This record gives sequence, C-alpha cells and structure tokens, in this order.
Amino acid sequence: MLAFIARRLAQSILVMAVVSAVAFSLFNFVGDPVNNMVGQDATRERRAEIRLQLGLDDPIPVQYVRFIGNMLQGDFGVSYRIKQPVDQLILERLPATLELVFVSAIISLVVGIVAGVYTGIHRNSWISRSILSSSLIGVSLPTFIIGIALIYIFAVHLRWLPSSGRAGTIDFGWWKTSLLSLEGWRSIVLPAITLSLFQLTMILRLVRAEMMEVMQTDFIKFARARGLSERAINYGHALRNTLVPVITIIGLNIGGLIAFSVITETVFQWPGTGLMFIQAVDFVDVPIMSAYLVFVAILFVVINLVVDLLYAAVDPRIRIGNG
Amino acid sequence: MTNLTPSQNTTRFARFMDSDVLHSFLRSPSAMIAAFITLIFILAALFAPLLAPYNPFDPSQISLWDGKLPPSFAEGGDERFFLGTDNQGRDMLSTILYGGRLSIIVGLAAVFLGMFLGVTLGIVSGYLGGTFDAVIMRIADVQLTIPGILLAILINGIGRAFLPVDIRDEFAIYVVIIAIGLSDWPQFARITRGATLVEANKEYIASARVIGLPSWLIMMRHLLPNVLRPVLVLATLGLATAIISEATLSFLGQGIPPTTPSLGTLIRVGNEFLFSGLWWITLFPAIALVILVFSVNLFGDWLRDALNPKLR
Amino acid sequence: MKKLTITAIACAATIIATPVMAENVLRWTSQGDALTLDPHAQNEGPTIGMNGQIYESLVTRDASLALQPELAESWTADGDTWVFNLRKGVKFHDGADFNAEDVIFSIERAKAPTSDFKEQVASIVSVTAKDDHTIEIKTDGPNPILPNQITSLFMVDKGWAEANNVVLPQNYAEKEESYAVRNTNGTGPFVLTSRAPDELTTLEANADWWGKGLFPGNIDKIEYRPISNAATRVAALLSGEVDFVLDPPLQDLARIDSTDGLKTTTTPQVRSIFFGMDQGIEELRTSDVKGKNPFKDVRVREAFNLAIDKQAIQRVVMEGLSFPTAMITSPGVLGNTPDLDASYGHDLEKAKGLMAEAGYPDGFTIQLDCPNNRYNNDEKICQASVAMLARIGVTVKLDAIPKAQHFPKIQKRTSDFYMLGWGVPTLDSHYVFSYLLDAEGSWNATGYNNARVNEITSAIATETDIEKRTMLIDEAWNIVRDEKPYLPIHHQVLAWGMADNFDIPIAADDFPRPRFMVKN
Repeated sequence: MLAFIARRLAQSILVMAVVSAVAFSLFNFVGDPVNNMVGQDATRERRAEIRLQLGLDDPIPVQYVRFIGNMLQGDFGVSYRIKQPVDQLILERLPATLELVFVSAIISLVVGIVAGVYTGIHRNSWISRSILSSSLIGVSLPTFIIGIALIYIFAVHLRWLPSSGRAGTIDFGWWKTSLLSLEGWRSIVLPAITLSLFQLTMILRLVRAEMMEVMQTDFIKFARARGLSERAINYGHALRNTLVPVITIIGLNIGGLIAFSVITETVFQWPGTGLMFIQAVDFVDVPIMSAYLVFVAILFVVINLVVDLLYAAVDPRIRIGNG
Repeated sequence: MTNLTPSQNTTRFARFMDSDVLHSFLRSPSAMIAAFITLIFILAALFAPLLAPYNPFDPSQISLWDGKLPPSFAEGGDERFFLGTDNQGRDMLSTILYGGRLSIIVGLAAVFLGMFLGVTLGIVSGYLGGTFDAVIMRIADVQLTIPGILLAILINGIGRAFLPVDIRDEFAIYVVIIAIGLSDWPQFARITRGATLVEANKEYIASARVIGLPSWLIMMRHLLPNVLRPVLVLATLGLATAIISEATLSFLGQGIPPTTPSLGTLIRVGNEFLFSGLWWITLFPAIALVILVFSVNLFGDWLRDALNPKLR
Repeated sequence: MKKLTITAIACAATIIATPVMAENVLRWTSQGDALTLDPHAQNEGPTIGMNGQIYESLVTRDASLALQPELAESWTADGDTWVFNLRKGVKFHDGADFNAEDVIFSIERAKAPTSDFKEQVASIVSVTAKDDHTIEIKTDGPNPILPNQITSLFMVDKGWAEANNVVLPQNYAEKEESYAVRNTNGTGPFVLTSRAPDELTTLEANADWWGKGLFPGNIDKIEYRPISNAATRVAALLSGEVDFVLDPPLQDLARIDSTDGLKTTTTPQVRSIFFGMDQGIEELRTSDVKGKNPFKDVRVREAFNLAIDKQAIQRVVMEGLSFPTAMITSPGVLGNTPDLDASYGHDLEKAKGLMAEAGYPDGFTIQLDCPNNRYNNDEKICQASVAMLARIGVTVKLDAIPKAQHFPKIQKRTSDFYMLGWGVPTLDSHYVFSYLLDAEGSWNATGYNNARVNEITSAIATETDIEKRTMLIDEAWNIVRDEKPYLPIHHQVLAWGMADNFDIPIAADDFPRPRFMVKN
C-alpha cells in the first residue's frame, strides 16, 4: 500500500515536472517576452532593464528553477491582455467552472445511474431500448452542437432561459456563487445540461453493463430465493454492488466534465477558466496559457490520486463483497 | 500458430475476415447501414471535386448575388443550389462535400499518427520490456487519465502559440492533426503492448530469435500482424472521436481556417446566421457531421463486438 | 434524501438572497470591454463610451452631435484666449468639490506623455484659474474649434489622483497597472459599483448628480457585460437577458425587429470603408509581378474599382445597410458632393480590357490585409472582394486578422493592399486630406504623392475665405477621383438593437448618452 502510494506520488511529481517544463518553454520561447511586457517603441535601455529584471540573461536551467519557485508560490506573472496577476484571475474564474462541473456531475450521475440501473434490469422494455439508442446518438453529438441546439430552442425560440453568461451571482468573500439565486440557477441550467449529456451516456452504459453482470451472479439468485421483494433486490443488493466501480466512474466523470467545460463555457460564454484559456490562446496570452496548463495538470493529478487511493482502500472489500 | 512467412499471415487475416466476421456483418442491418453510410462519406470525400456541382474554393465560380439563397426545395430557393448558398454565394452542397473531405482527411491522418506512434511504442515496449517499457507505459498511464479532447485543445493551443500570426492559418491543419494524434496514442500503445506480451512468449517468436532474425524484423513480421485486430477496432472508434475533436477545435476557432473550411468551421461560420433565419448555413453541415460520426461509431461498435466478443 | 435537503436549503436561500432589484436596470452589451477606466489612457470608442458614463468633460455633444455645456456652463473666445465658466455645486463621487484646480490638473494630466489625449490638448499653452469657477485657456494662436476638440476630455479630481498616486495617466503601451485602471471618481451620472474586466461592470445612478431632474434619463443601474461572439450577443437580446446591444450583426436586424418586445434603430455614420493600394513602392511585397508595381498604373487601379460590385456588397453582405460610394469621405463632411460621390460603376469587360492594356491580361497575385473585428462585416467584405477580383484574373490571398495587428501594418506602411475605414469628427475634408491623401499623412500607406493635393492640403488649413476654401477642396477631390489612389466601397450605417421599453437615442458617433436613456 505504501509502495503504491509512493509510486503514485512519484508519478504525479514527474507529470508536474513535464507540464511545468512545457509551461516554462511557452513563457520563454513564444514571441519576445520583453516585447510582451513593453510597447514596441520602448528604448533599448528600458528593454535591457526589463531583461535584467526578468533574469532573461541567466542560463536556462537557472531560469527554469526560478520559474518553478515562482509557480510554487502561485506567481504566474501578469496577463498580457488583462494585465492582472494570473493567479488572481484563475481564482476569480474558478468558482464558475467548479459550480458548472458540480451541477453537471450531479445531473450526469443521478440520471446516468438511474437510467443505467433501469435499462440493466428491464433489458427489453421499449423504454430501455429508446434510452439506449438515444444514448448512442448522444455519444455522436458534439458538445457544441448540443449547446447551440439548446440555446436555439430554449433561449431564443421559447425564451424560457438565458442564452449565455452567468447571472445572479452572490459574493461569499472571493467566491462568487450562482447557486443561491433563481437567476443564477436559470443561467446554469442550459450549460450544465449540455456539459452533462456526454458523461451521462457514458455512465449510463457503464452502469447498465455492470448491472447486467451483477444480476447474473449467484448472490442475486440467493436473494431471490430468500423471497426478497424485487425492489429490495434491485436497489438494495444489485445496485450496491455496482456502486463500487462508481468511484472510478466519478473520477472519470469529473475529469471528462473539466475537459468538456472548455467547450461548453465557450458556447455559453460562461466566465470560467476554460473560456479564459480559449481567449488566452486567441491572444497568445502566455501567462494565462501556462498557468492553465499547470492548473489542469494539478487538477488531474489530484483527481487521479484520490481515485487511486479510494480504489486501493475499497479493493479488498470488493473481493469480500463479491465472494 | 507457428507460421513464419508473411504469406501465411495474410491467409490468416483473410480467414478471419471471411468467416464469422462477415457472417455477423451480413446479419446486422445496423452495421450494414452504418458501413454503407461511412463508405458513401469516404467516397464522397475522395471524389468531392468530381461530385460537387461547384468548386467552393475557386473564387471565380462564386457570385455574391447568389448569396444567402435558401435550399432549392424551400420557399425562395434556386434550383441551381440544392442545399442553398452561404453568405458568400457558395453552394452549400459543394462546401459540405469539400468540408467533409477535409474533416475525414484530418480525422484519418490524426488516427494514423496516433496509431503509428502507439503501435510502434507498444510493440517495442512489449518486446523489449525493461526501463523503456516502464517509462513509456507510465507516460501512457498518466496521459490516459486526461480526456483526449482536453489534451488536443491544450496541445493545439500551445502549437498555435509557437506559430507566428501570419502563418498560423497555413499550418493550422498540421497542428490540428498533430494535436489530435498525440492525444490518442496511449490507447494504441496499451493494447498493442498487451497483445505483444502474449505473443512474444510464444514458441515461434523464440525460434525466430534463435535463428537470429533481427528484432525489428520480428516485430514487423510476427508481432505486428497479431495486434491488428484490436487496433482496427480502436482506429475505427478513434476516427469518430478524431472527427469530433477536429470539428470542436474548428468550432472554437482554433482549427481549420474559414478559407478552406472543414465541417466544424462551416458550423462555426454558419452559427453567426442561425438567428437571422438562414438556418441552412449551419444546419446542413451539422447534420452531415452528426451522421458521419454516428455511422462511424455504429460501425466501430459492431466491429468491436464482432472481432472480439470478450471486449464489451 | 440528503440531496433533497440540500435543494430545499438552496431554494430557501434563493428566496432570501435574491437581491432587491433596482427599479430601472439597463443591461447593456457590445463586442469588447473598455480597455481601461483611466480616463486619459486610451482614446478608443468603447473605452470612452464606458468612461463617459462615469466622468464628464467641460463641453459635450448631444445625440445630434451639437455642442452642449457639461461641466462648463458657458465659454467665450477672444483671439488665442478661451474663458470657461464652470458649473457650481458639482461634486465628485467621493464628495470632493469640482473646481478650477481640478480642470487645470486634468488638462495637465491629459498633456502627460502617457496620455492618449495629447492631440486634443496640443494647442493649449496654459491654463489659469481666474477664480474657483472660471478658467482661462491660452492656445498657440487662435483655435476656433477648441470646444469641439475637448468633448471627450474627462475631468478628474486632483486630490483623489494625488492620494491614490495616479497623477499621471496609466502607461497603457507599457501595460502598466494603476489604481485608476479599476477605480473611478468622476462627476458623472453613474458611479462604478463593480468591475470585472471582460465579464461584468455595474454602475449605479449618482444620487448627487448635478443634472438630476434636468434630463429625461431615468436609469438607476447599468449592467455592462461584453459578449465577443456576435451570435451569442444577439441570442442574449432575443432571449431577453440584455436590453441593449450596441453592435448587433446586420444580418440579425430583421430578426430583432420582428421579435416581440425588441426594436432596432439605425443612422448613417460618418465613416467610409475603402481599400488602399500601395502605388508608391517600386515592387509590391506580396505580388508575383517583379521589377514593377502594377498599382502605379492608374488603369490597374481603375480596373480594380470596376471589378468590385459595391451594389452586391450592399445588398448581400450589408443587408442593405450601407451607401455604396466613390469617395472616401461621407455626406455631411464638407467636400462630399453628389457628383464626386457618383459611382464608378461595375463593368467586368471594361475592367478586363484595362488590365490587358496595362499589360496584365492574366492578372497577378496580391495579398489583401483586412481587419476582422473593426468595421461592420469587415472580413466578409474582403472575402466578397476576393471573389470579385478573381473575375478579372487577380488572385487575392486574404489575411484577415484582429485590428490590433492590422492597423500597425498601415501605420508602418508595410501593406500592399488593405482595408481601412475613416471617420471625420471635425466634419471637414482637411482631416481626410491631412491623414490619408497628403504624401506625409500618417495614415496614408498608399504612397500617393500629388504635388497639387499636398499644396491644397496645407492651403486649406489656413484659408479663411470660405468660398475659396470650398473650391480648393473640390479641386483636390476631383484630382483624387481621377487618380483613384483608394478604392472606395461604402459609407457605414450604424445600428443599435434594444428592448421596446427603452429609448436610447442613437448618435452617429456610436456613444450611448446616459442622460437621455429612458426606460418606459
């Protein structure tokens, strides 16, 4: 167990080293860092001064170590375009992304698991069949097309919900939430559904397959023999046994949601970190780009570490439970 | 299973293609339809210049006065333009044919890149083992936990940042191919390595080694053919994903430029006209994209079941 | 069950936490945000538009662009001396009194090297306070249009600037960050309440504003949220999340108009769109013609003119919202006449003939530089022109890029063939000649150099005889019409989209005026 954790940690550090190297090279080799700091007409003295300030004349390894040092202190420099410290910008944008991912995760998990269990048990009902075939279409529909379609139908045509943006936010210190006002909920509905659909279909298919397997086991047959009600068997026994892999699913799910949030945020102009990254790419705003890279890497390293640890902790029980 | 010559390998490949796989194919109407539609798309892509009524990239064939015409079957349509025209007066049917061609080319190229990298690294890893194997597989493990689309967006973004502004559009297509290709090699590497490990322990490989065949020859001739089945399945499903990834990047404005639009670019450009009632400019490319991806997915699903019943 | 509880709590919290809505809220959007809130750091449309809600100038313009008193109640000129009588009892948002000292400070601040408003105050030699509410401005020679030049020169409180270390304007070019970038203290009708750049800026009505009750405006709160994507911007208006779109895409105006509860207003803008052709350089940078420059031949320039179908651009690209033109300056500007503005026509055969005569029967290749986020449908006009020029054999490679990268190409004179739009704030041709047609003009990247035009450009700067001056201007425009250094496309039309219950008077300078914004 300890060796496992140690190996995982070593892996995580390796990942961070690689990602920070990429971020560092972005900083130093894209465009002229001095030109990005000062105007075109800056004097030679001013340029030399900035080079000195930034330490651009030091050997590359020294610069890299300094970059890591700054990064560890949360210092990613100042955005070329918005001219605010990048760590501050990411912190400002983070709540929007996290809330969107959170709501989508709830939708995809709840609907995905319920529909997965249902289709796993009632394999041949027409409802199951239509759920399954629509799930295949769901996999084939790119996220941005779903988003456009939802905007067109619910915002522009029916005019029920807002088409973009994050309205009705309420401040809790630095955390601005949109989950405490009606307006906020209205604006999160469409992007959250858009973001959740793809993950929902994946969860549905995983849970269904898992469920079908469990229903075949002796364990369920015994339960039936004991005369337990169908309901108790389905939700009490069968589902509980399929829930173990759900840890993995949740991990994958959150990872997937963070990935697709970039697209959803762009379609809905949701002011989160993903939209910020896409805008940064358009303007080659290197400090934001490299900070986002590092941020995503940290996020995934943490998610994976947690999932792995949970899995390792749960693993023995899986064997006992299935025994 | 001790065949040593390439010809025997070919026969074996032919054998499995002809028996149960073909049988299962003929009994699955959805697979047949999916394959048929996929084939039509690929043919349409190959022969777009012959099939398309107009060449949308030849400015001298475009008249602005033909702009924004609805499809010929809709009210106010012009019979010269079956699916209507876009805001520049280009025939939608032609732009979709050319756009679909670009989407498929980018998808195929990206999958080939990912497959080439993955299979090569996978076979070498599995065959050589040791530190090389450990390092490659660790990288693959780590990369697999990050969704491909996010990696593609990140790699593409970094790639674009390194290109000077004035040549960014010209090289966009290569950046996209590399970004998508790099984002999906680990799956290929993993599956290839697995199959290689199984195969490498077999007698005939050992004997090949004893004869003194060079490693690369053993890998090429004996290991490679054995991993083709699962790789084919992965590649088919990967094609659907790659097409979606390309469309997504283009939709985000970071993929194929509007001068030579892919389906994703067409949807992005058309999206501007969605609310002004020019629905055909965005709807038809979107439908084409969805049908293409859906049929490739359907075909891939069937292929997976048919080639490897154990894989769900 | 747990989830249910959470939902219940969330619902309860919703009821409690829903903010009490200000009565008349204007939710406003446009393409881009103000670049900075420092009132002297950037002379750019959207920036002035935002700062103009918060800060005020001595003199302002109404929606018909006529001069109106603002912080100055009246002004008089005598030779090189201007006297402005300041409004009394005006307070800054932080409560400080507005007086002569602040005016002197603000003009000095605008003269600082880091200011982007130096041109507007360039003629000012000295500013002195005659008393607390009277200032005297001396200019270097008589300057009859000084009030016209300072309509976007905002007044800043001296004490506030000193206390917050923002005596000098933010150095925008050096990407400096200062207190004034995000914090404001004006005298205007709105007070800044929150600022998240590119996301949301909120303003609330200034309860102590001097003009309260004097103007029809009744907005209590402004929420400004920039939306860069055009379709998303329109969707926001159509779905009712915003009340006012400053720059709706032209193709969506019909849809907006036909939607219940929404309307559009349009007005001709004093801005002309045209292409420049570099006829000064010996060999074009991007052409396959080597050793000579085809644009030096007036027949090639005329052929280009005849090949571009401005009517088609008007109808299909601009949805009818433009005025095709043969001049690079709009009606309303002294010098524009119907004769001069009469179309060159669209004649492919004649164009091909001219190309052949000039020695290019098979055309040539060239790059067209075009902005993609500046003018109405700028990139689409360029795309259409590429197709039209292909008809006379000219292969055009289009390079459509953001304005921030496009304009330097023109200012550095490194473009062969480019799109530019030109507005004329002074409503006089001299502004056009001195920038675009004089050989030394800072925005003349065509290399056009006509001795008579240069001569007239300097003559009309000082000519006081109106009749004589008009004739000179007419003469120069006729030379330009014959020599065709530019390829005029059209004059722009401005369009705003808003909810029916709002009345926001449209103005040709594209600035919404808060004091006249009314919610019914």
